[in-house]
Amino acid sequence: MIEMDWIWGLVGGLMIGTAAAIFLLGNGRIMGASGIIGGLVDRSGLSNWQERAAFLAALVVVPALMLPLYNVEVTTNITDNLVLVVAAGLLVGIGTRLANGCTSGHGVCGISRFSLRGMVSTVFYLLAGGIAMVLFRHVLGVI
Amino acid sequence: MLRTILAAASGGLFGAGLLVSGMTDTTKVQGWLDVFGAWDPTLAFVLGGAILPMALAWHLTTRRAKAIVGTPFPARPDPKLGHNLVIGSVLFGAGWGLVGLCPGPAIASLSWGGTGGIVFILAMVAGMLAANPIRARIDQAAAI
Repeated sequence: MIEMDWIWGLVGGLMIGTAAAIFLLGNGRIMGASGIIGGLVDRSGLSNWQERAAFLAALVVVPALMLPLYNVEVTTNITDNLVLVVAAGLLVGIGTRLANGCTSGHGVCGISRFSLRGMVSTVFYLLAGGIAMVLFRHVLGVI
Repeated sequence: MLRTILAAASGGLFGAGLLVSGMTDTTKVQGWLDVFGAWDPTLAFVLGGAILPMALAWHLTTRRAKAIVGTPFPARPDPKLGHNLVIGSVLFGAGWGLVGLCPGPAIASLSWGGTGGIVFILAMVAGMLAANPIRARIDQAAAI
């Protein structure tokens, strides 16, 4: 079963990379989720809001339409602890804007062009994520 | 119009890929980050799979003057790393590990993510609004 997960991971990854390639070659833009959202949130990207809105609308609608293809119930398995959820959301929002990118922008789009910023960012967010798991799961036992 | 259609095609394929790859499941993301637990390597296959077509796309940008809609390709960013890149990446990684969601999958799972998913997105938006004043404070402190 685990091996199937890897194959689906690779297939999904190729789809994600192709999506980023369409955005780059088609629109000349970096497919970074935090940047696309953040530009609407802080109004710094209103000049091309249609492009951002279309991207985000399809990002919500297309996976929603795919749900019936699954025989099992699709779930995010997100924690019920809303205090954790709020803390995590704030950290992700502040962090991705300070760093100017997230997993898609720095990870997918940055590493693939050998961007030093993308690679350094990816090292730090992976390390911080790993340390968060050690601290909050294995030491404190809250997640 | 073409610009909007291509953006929707990209966003839709991104969302489909996130669902298919399992990245909208927070346990798979946390499983990857949990090196000392039941480690799940799926995320490495997702990231590796995503980098392949994108590396090809970057290569193609060197052979064309402009994108299909006529806009120039994004210039290479200033290679300067800076404190905000490091501080921001650490904060983002910590939040990502805490619940296993990053911005793309959070939006993609909006329709089935329930209350927790919506609360995460609202908190993330609040964090994004807070980021500009926080950046100003950090830059001020760094300048001293």
